[in-house]
Amino acid sequence: MASILKKLGNTDRRIIFILIALSVILPIIFKITFPNPVGAEPSRDMFEYIDAMPSGSDVLMSFDYGPSTMPELQPMAIAIATHLLRKDINVVCMALWPEGASLAQEVMSGVADSLGRTQYEDWCNLGYKTGAGIMIVRLGSSMKAVFPADRDNLPWEEIPMLAQISDLTSFDLVITLSAGDPGVPAWVMMAGDRFGVPVGGGCTAVSAPQFYTYLQTGQMVGLLGGLKGAADYETLVGIKDGTAIEGMAPQSVAHLVIMLFIVIGNVAYFSEKKKGGRR
Amino acid sequence: MNWEILGIWLGAGLTLCLYSFLYRDNPFYKFAEHLFVGMSAAYWVIYSIENVLIPNWWQQMFPAGGGFNWVWIFPGIFALFMLARIIPKTAGLSRMALGMIIGTGAGLNMVSFFQTNAMAQVKGTIISVSSGGVWIIFSNILLVVGVVTGLVYFFFSKAHTGIVGKTANVGITILMIAFGASFGYTIMARISLLIGRCQFLLEDWLPTIPRLLGLGG
Amino acid sequence: MRLVIPLAITFVTGMIMVLHFFVPHQPIKLLGDNLQDWFMIVTAASIFLGALNLMHVHFRKIKLKLKNWKYSPVTLTGFMVMFIAGLIYGVTEAKPFDFMFMNMVAPMGSTMFSLLAFFVASAAFRAFRASNWRATLLLTSAFIVMLGQVPIGAMIWDKIPLAKVWLMTFPNTAGQRAVMIGAAMGVVSTSLRMIFGIERSYLGGTD
Repeated sequence: MASILKKLGNTDRRIIFILIALSVILPIIFKITFPNPVGAEPSRDMFEYIDAMPSGSDVLMSFDYGPSTMPELQPMAIAIATHLLRKDINVVCMALWPEGASLAQEVMSGVADSLGRTQYEDWCNLGYKTGAGIMIVRLGSSMKAVFPADRDNLPWEEIPMLAQISDLTSFDLVITLSAGDPGVPAWVMMAGDRFGVPVGGGCTAVSAPQFYTYLQTGQMVGLLGGLKGAADYETLVGIKDGTAIEGMAPQSVAHLVIMLFIVIGNVAYFSEKKKGGRR
Repeated sequence: MNWEILGIWLGAGLTLCLYSFLYRDNPFYKFAEHLFVGMSAAYWVIYSIENVLIPNWWQQMFPAGGGFNWVWIFPGIFALFMLARIIPKTAGLSRMALGMIIGTGAGLNMVSFFQTNAMAQVKGTIISVSSGGVWIIFSNILLVVGVVTGLVYFFFSKAHTGIVGKTANVGITILMIAFGASFGYTIMARISLLIGRCQFLLEDWLPTIPRLLGLGG
Repeated sequence: MRLVIPLAITFVTGMIMVLHFFVPHQPIKLLGDNLQDWFMIVTAASIFLGALNLMHVHFRKIKLKLKNWKYSPVTLTGFMVMFIAGLIYGVTEAKPFDFMFMNMVAPMGSTMFSLLAFFVASAAFRAFRASNWRATLLLTSAFIVMLGQVPIGAMIWDKIPLAKVWLMTFPNTAGQRAVMIGAAMGVVSTSLRMIFGIERSYLGGTD
């Protein structure tokens, strides 16, 4: 038994890699799905806040992420955009990360096409700007000064849906999809606390725990944390074939495998320690 | 040419090149890694030109209606100062641009962090610990005690001995629970990224193989 | 003199931003708004600086035939192809620049970070030890979150997601908030030191 535990403790890392890969690949191949109940999570708060907004409201959606966190944040973006456009809410997109500008276009054009919504009337993509928090403060005094043209260089005046927008306070909600810095903190600090615009959004699972403080203080109206947050929103919006819901089965299996690794690693460690102690 | 399939194959090929690193470092990985760095840098530069410098600087200095707005020369000069760093003889000029960036950032951060991450958090911790059910009261007390003792743990101006040490010990216990939660979420994040790539390879790329071989699908 | 002008710029720009927060009226507003517009342009230039530096490093690697220099042309070619495509076609959807981003840069970026899934699993197996009661607490907290975050947790025991929500809302918030307040005080003091020229290491020295 002791030798088996010792062998387990010295397992080649490539075997661990294979087991992790299998724990993800097999549930996808066999199309295993688990029901995804949504409890009293911050993702439900986010859904309910948007759901209570009247048609014709204006929402600023900031794509503050890049390809590195796409698998987590893109499904959130799709689910939120679907919810907003279904409710006839005007969506103005922008990005604090350059890659976010391209990813916003991909999400919005896909969702809008499927729902029959039109660019520049129901949604637009203003693109990327440098400056992060400083730029957000500038949005508080003038949107047009920061975005004289949209991502594709169409002048502000030629975009009909922007006629009623002057500064950040013209928006009923700011949604940030954040992979780090700049992201949620910048929007909460500038848009929320400085200009009084409600802020909600989604973030990677890595950064979710630190933003629970903003939820407790009411500085954020809701938060989608990682793939689970995205799956919750897909469930609430009623997206049946969402990638996040589909991802919950491999996520479950992989978590169990990693927990098993940790348990085996600890058993091997303590058995070695015990043996050492006896000597 | 089917651009969609070409795109999928390019993505899949580069994905597999990068995953080859899991076996060991190899030329395929190095190729993809270097390509990624070059292309990403160009992406950032192009977006800076197309989305920032042209609309927010050039078109402001030379408006569409004609004329010349001289005030926009100044940010241009500061931008050149920043670029001067690349030439050793003029590198000192970049301090002017750095001074501007650091000063502006520091001025904003000082007030914003204090307002949002300090004062609002203190305000959020001043909560009732006497109303609600037993469980709510216990949870609220835990929150208040956790924040206060956690702050004591980070207060290094006084030695962690006696009552301060005991309080800091409570603080570190709460911090360990928070770090455990962060670890759990980190595991989730990393696995989610892997799921995304596996979904791409298995659901987008693999089905194209029979299509290319003329086997339908 | 070498440091006086940059320090003066830091002080003036810093004070403008502070005043802009407390007095958002003219003439401070005009100064603040202009400074913010300029800031965007200067930071865009810093992206150029990064790209120029990347070019410089790789040209130097090729010239001196340093380690892995054979891959430097890949970086340079990737940069030039993407750069020229962007200049000619712009960033518009379904054009070559966008095609290369969506089908090359995006998959590579995602894959690069997904590699961490394997390494985090391996690290957890080798290093995550319940060696004392606090480490055990950390481990327990991690397990509750890992189970509570996925549907299988609720299938094992329906109270696990509730435990996760409580853990995140109370002990986690308390711990994170202590860190957040501590870090905020650090930011405030460092910013003050920078504005008043006490902290000047960012200018390349303390002299």
